[in-house]
Amino acid sequence: MSVQNFPPIYSTVVEIFQWLKSVYKNISFPEKGSCLSSGRSLAPRGRRSCSSIGCIVSVPFGSHNNVWSTGRDPAIWEADTDAVYAALSHHLWSTFTAPEAKSSNEDLKEMLESNKESLKLEAMKRVVGLIAKGKNASELFPAVVKNVASKNIELKKLVYVYLVRYAEEQQDLALLSISTFQRALKEPNQFIRASALRVLSSIRVSIIVPIMMLAIKEASADMSPYVRKTAAHAIQKLYSLDPDQKEQLIEVIEKLLKDKSTLVAGSVVVAFDEVCPDRIDLIHKNYRKLCNLLVDVEEWGQVVIISMLTRYARTQFTSPWKEDNEKAFYESEEEKKDQTEATPYTMDPDHRLLLRNTKPLLQSRNTAVVMSVAQLYWHLAPKHEVNIVTKSLVRLLRSHREVQYIVLQNIATMSIQRKGMFEPFMKSFYVRSTDATHIKTLKLEILTNLANEANISTILREFQTYVKSQDKAFAAATIQAIGRCATDISEVTDTCLSGLVLLLSNRDETVVAESVVVIKKLLQTQPTQHSDIIKHMAKLFDNISVSMARASILWLMGEYCERVPKIAPDVLRKMAKTFTAEEDIVKLQTVNLAAKLYLTNSKQTKLLTQYILNLGKYDQSYDIRDRTRFVRQLIVPNEKSGALNKYARRILLAPKPAPMLESAFKDRDRFQLGTLSHSINSKATGYQELSDWPAVAPDQSVRNVEVVEPSSSESEEQSSDESDETSSDSGKSSSGSEKSSSESEPEQKKKTKTKKAPQKKSKAAAAVTAPSFGPVKTHELLHHMTGKGLSAKYHFPRQPCLYQPSMVAVQVILANSSDHSLEKIHIGDRSPAGLNIHCFNTIERLEPEASVTVSMGIDFSDSTQAANFQLCTKEDQFSVSIQPVVGELLMPSTMSEQDFSKEQGKLLGMNETSATVAMATANTSSQAVSKQVLSVANVGVVSSGPNDLHRFAGRTVSSGALVLVSLELKESSALLTINTEKSVMASMLLRDLKQALALARLYPRFWVHRRFTHDFTLKFRPRCTTNAKRASDPDAVQKNTFVKVPST
Amino acid sequence: MIHSLFLINHSGDIFLEKHWKSVISHSVCDYFFEAKEKAVDPEDVPPVLQTPHHYLITVHRGKLFFLSVVQTEVPPLFVIEFLHRVADTFQDYFGECSESVIKDNVVTVYELLEEMLDNGFPLATESNVLKELIRPPTILRSVVNTLTGSSNVGDTLPTGQLSTIPWRRADVKYTNNEAYFDVIEEIDAILDKSGTTVFAEIQGVIEASVRLTGMPDLTLSFMNPRLLDDVSFHPCVRFKRWESERTLSFIPPDGNFTLMNYHVSSQNPVAIPVYVKQSISFFESGPCGRLDITIGPKQTMGKTVEALMVKIHMPKAVLSANLTATQGNYTYDLPNKVLVWDIGKLNPQKLPNLKGILSLQAGAPKPEDNPSLNIDLRIQQVAISGLKVSRLEMFGEKYKPFKGVKYVTKAGKFQFKCAALYEPFLLSFWTILFFYFTTF
Repeated sequence: MSVQNFPPIYSTVVEIFQWLKSVYKNISFPEKGSCLSSGRSLAPRGRRSCSSIGCIVSVPFGSHNNVWSTGRDPAIWEADTDAVYAALSHHLWSTFTAPEAKSSNEDLKEMLESNKESLKLEAMKRVVGLIAKGKNASELFPAVVKNVASKNIELKKLVYVYLVRYAEEQQDLALLSISTFQRALKEPNQFIRASALRVLSSIRVSIIVPIMMLAIKEASADMSPYVRKTAAHAIQKLYSLDPDQKEQLIEVIEKLLKDKSTLVAGSVVVAFDEVCPDRIDLIHKNYRKLCNLLVDVEEWGQVVIISMLTRYARTQFTSPWKEDNEKAFYESEEEKKDQTEATPYTMDPDHRLLLRNTKPLLQSRNTAVVMSVAQLYWHLAPKHEVNIVTKSLVRLLRSHREVQYIVLQNIATMSIQRKGMFEPFMKSFYVRSTDATHIKTLKLEILTNLANEANISTILREFQTYVKSQDKAFAAATIQAIGRCATDISEVTDTCLSGLVLLLSNRDETVVAESVVVIKKLLQTQPTQHSDIIKHMAKLFDNISVSMARASILWLMGEYCERVPKIAPDVLRKMAKTFTAEEDIVKLQTVNLAAKLYLTNSKQTKLLTQYILNLGKYDQSYDIRDRTRFVRQLIVPNEKSGALNKYARRILLAPKPAPMLESAFKDRDRFQLGTLSHSINSKATGYQELSDWPAVAPDQSVRNVEVVEPSSSESEEQSSDESDETSSDSGKSSSGSEKSSSESEPEQKKKTKTKKAPQKKSKAAAAVTAPSFGPVKTHELLHHMTGKGLSAKYHFPRQPCLYQPSMVAVQVILANSSDHSLEKIHIGDRSPAGLNIHCFNTIERLEPEASVTVSMGIDFSDSTQAANFQLCTKEDQFSVSIQPVVGELLMPSTMSEQDFSKEQGKLLGMNETSATVAMATANTSSQAVSKQVLSVANVGVVSSGPNDLHRFAGRTVSSGALVLVSLELKESSALLTINTEKSVMASMLLRDLKQALALARLYPRFWVHRRFTHDFTLKFRPRCTTNAKRASDPDAVQKNTFVKVPST
Repeated sequence: MIHSLFLINHSGDIFLEKHWKSVISHSVCDYFFEAKEKAVDPEDVPPVLQTPHHYLITVHRGKLFFLSVVQTEVPPLFVIEFLHRVADTFQDYFGECSESVIKDNVVTVYELLEEMLDNGFPLATESNVLKELIRPPTILRSVVNTLTGSSNVGDTLPTGQLSTIPWRRADVKYTNNEAYFDVIEEIDAILDKSGTTVFAEIQGVIEASVRLTGMPDLTLSFMNPRLLDDVSFHPCVRFKRWESERTLSFIPPDGNFTLMNYHVSSQNPVAIPVYVKQSISFFESGPCGRLDITIGPKQTMGKTVEALMVKIHMPKAVLSANLTATQGNYTYDLPNKVLVWDIGKLNPQKLPNLKGILSLQAGAPKPEDNPSLNIDLRIQQVAISGLKVSRLEMFGEKYKPFKGVKYVTKAGKFQFKCAALYEPFLLSFWTILFFYFTTF
């Protein structure tokens, strides 16, 4: 803004003020000097329109001080705009907060009742300002509640804020607004439905409990997962308002727990924790689903789900903490059948599932998530696996001060039990001069816990610098820590003791006092050879004024008076002189010293003792008079004391057990790590104990999900799920334009899951969470016997290869079953020489009992010739080979029925192979057929009408040649036709398919899950789209539905 | 979960309160004030406090205390992390997180808090989602709103809230598509008097500023990913891809965000960019001491060290400093006893030196410990660990974005200890015995 265009701005401001003046007759312009010099008192008290001033303030004045002061001099505007601006905004603020809010509220009421939307909004903003400041604005309730049905969304939201705050106080009036919310609950806009439910449930008026209950029930079946999430929150609100609703609410929780949306999962678990944490039976059926969803749940939900699952796991699985007999997980299924107490420990697959699915979350940016995974591993994982959390915990120490505080507390507890976990990271716990005091103390605690023979000298050297710290409280804590090191590690006791003795000549009193106290404790543990130190302390006695230290020295003198027979009486003599001036604690110890000396050396000290006992007798303190009386009776023989006197020596000079110098975190492990209770070291309200492992695992089949008849399940689930699936689809597939992006991750996870699922003995239990994927066939690559402990298995994940499109993706699971770690696992020479392999990155280290899944790509050039290569470790090389199944050399291809027929027409004659397959009638359903074909070959289903002709299409991975499979069902047989240029492949594929279909006849429905169709079409649609444009396009969805459902 | 939130300024005024469940009287904060009274420094207030009926969890950010009240068991980190997220959101919305800014935008703040928590459980914390719900205030928009009566509050559910990528808003459009990545590394080190490294490590962070149209899918790969020892990611990064290929593959949020934090594996030796020759001594007699500090370059990877600054927390007895600096300025902050020497660029030909006299309070004992030096520095265009981004690829969108990577190295907690050389704990016990026998 230049000087030229200043006048208009200037006049605008004046105009506004004049207008203001005309509107509000009694507004008075401030006096020239008074306001602008102070800059704060511009605001005239009384009625004024804040809204108008508000809009002035928001006009950008800029700061053009000189412009205003150039001498254009309408009376009040002489000062610079900054002052005006400041004054105006201060005024605005002061009206929010003015102590005489009453008059201001009148004003607000008027504004709220006006017809102008903008005035109302402005008024509401000021009301919210009042609420924020904690001022009372309840008298405006009638005026505000009228605006609840306003069309202006911002106004409406502010009214909601107000309602939630004051409804409890004005119950009758609040009821006026209820019908608005009830109406809003039926709105088509999910956001409005959700916020209506939020506010309705936040109004704490018990009359509307039935309405809330109804709303929650409806919302829990809402199409939008966002509304269902809100419903989960509303459950807790209703429960806190009226706990009698518990039973009904549990029903809703049960229903919401079944929800498959990641959005709902966290919130419903919070509700579960709050309402019915003991109803663990509700979790059983959802356990696996929760585990699998976990990575995709938002971060706050992850925290609550993980801590709930930790508690759950402690009740359902047996302890993995027995030594030695743990088997590799993949081999465990045989023993599972008859697991009794006698059999060696095998981890429940569900237990393993939880550990595996939480591990990636250690890399979360959210410190709370990392901490909760760490505590899960601490409480649930086998001992040797806990170490993986160390690094992540240490990483958190780079975060904010408060985060450090909590993490250090937890590390302190952990490091007591498991020194080894944090020892390599010892230096991360070195104290910096800039750390806050409580952080310093915690670091000190941890360093002390970590001390052992090997690192003690480093730690002591570090401590030595801390002792000199300017923060004396910290220096004192360090001395305590040195004392603890000295007792824990006998090798350094002497060194520590001498170091502490040197500190006695320190100038700082607290340091000296603390040293004395610690030395006292140390000497007590091994008093024999330290009379010199006691002597030295006696010498220092005159210079020490901290009473605790003086008392400690006196006690030492008395306790070991026989070792320092000459000095002790002299100290007593000195004490007799100053007795009256000492602190109580010193007096008590003087009396003690006198008594002990009287017993051991009565010749020299009789008089002194008498004198001190007399002083004590008339002391002001009850305690000292009491003690004096007691001691006198005990040591001085007279008629009354009788038998006790004989034992005086044994009583006073009894050998006393040495005090234990212990960590303050010793008993914190009774609390679950990461909890509030752990942090404050006392049980917080609502803390749920972590139960001990059960001796015998409860029935694990409870977690199996029953098979629901497709007919019933479909109709029910579709209604609630379909909408959310499609709505989240749009998000997913719009991002899903990549070949192998986030969508493939959950998919992979599902697959590793399904690998185990079929190992369940019961047919019904097969493939619980990911039923649409059949079991993936895993082939052995290297047996652990031949591999000297290294075993390898592989399977074809049926995903497009990330590295090159012409490669087939292969996933290899490497496991180490030896007792030492294997290093540098990589791929060595390969044959045939031209074989194009994309190797996995060298695995630097594989710990015993650990396994790792790596993916690689192999270009088989459309032949079933085996790919031979060498799997090398640091020491050994093993020749292995991957023999591809012909069906895995294909990629699904999408085409319509017409295209299929057209292409088939081009591939006749030489390119056609066919055979007749005998089929059982039971196996003629189209699902069963597709299932069988898909299990053999990675092809896509071509959607066709309801006839007996099934078509499948695929392309070879390497050359992209079309492979068309058609199956024409007849009574008890079927005609299988394969059209492709690759005739060798065709014949092999034909053989495999024939086998599979015949096998299917023998074992009908062995692998077939009955919910297959349902999930096939609904659940996994988005994950399978390789190149879907927009899932909102129904056709695209339809086409892509059958593209790439990997199943075996 | 979180019951109430109070914002408290340094002088102990509660200037904002928000309750998500029933109203809790602000007298609960008295327990906090009590603890604050006891603490010397606001940083020393314990983050978790127990009161008879409530638990107070506090974070301290930018001279403000965010105090939350909880009534039942909840992971404390959950609350702390959330409170920091609230502070971050304020920072993001208003450019800073201070009392005046919060007071000026009290309505927006209230609306934000309302959206961020429902019944004490976080509802929407992603900046991209929040910005669709409540648009950040700008001067222009507030003018427009006053004139047209439109509002800052959206009335539809942000698409991010429902999708599996909540961090990105839909329909992003830019005329200039650009993606910038800053690789910032910090050296944390403690060096002893002789210049030997006691402890050193490198922590890095990749800050991204991505303004790309549509739904881009980015892949960032490194020349030497092996360097990275421990990492944490923004939720957008696909962890599986990282595990198998060591590349970062992600659909980025719109705007500025932290892509990853990493820790460089400790096997590699850490290059220490500067050395310090220093001597600080206090005379046994007379109320003064001498200070002489010289700084020179050590391993700087051929780059210039900039923004060099030395901070010394002096012992309490030091009253003033009378020094001469050959380069830069020094200030001595008396109340906090901090000596700051702002050097600027380090010239290897002419090493900066600070020399002079420290005067002590008369009668005060000689400080027993020499203060340690905290160094601040910056080296542009190099990541000290040697980490290099090899390439950034974009999938999913057709246009060619403008890409850029910048490297900066900074000093994190970089400390030179100047401990006086005496080591009582290394003396043998017998030496001391001898000492006693001679004295007795």
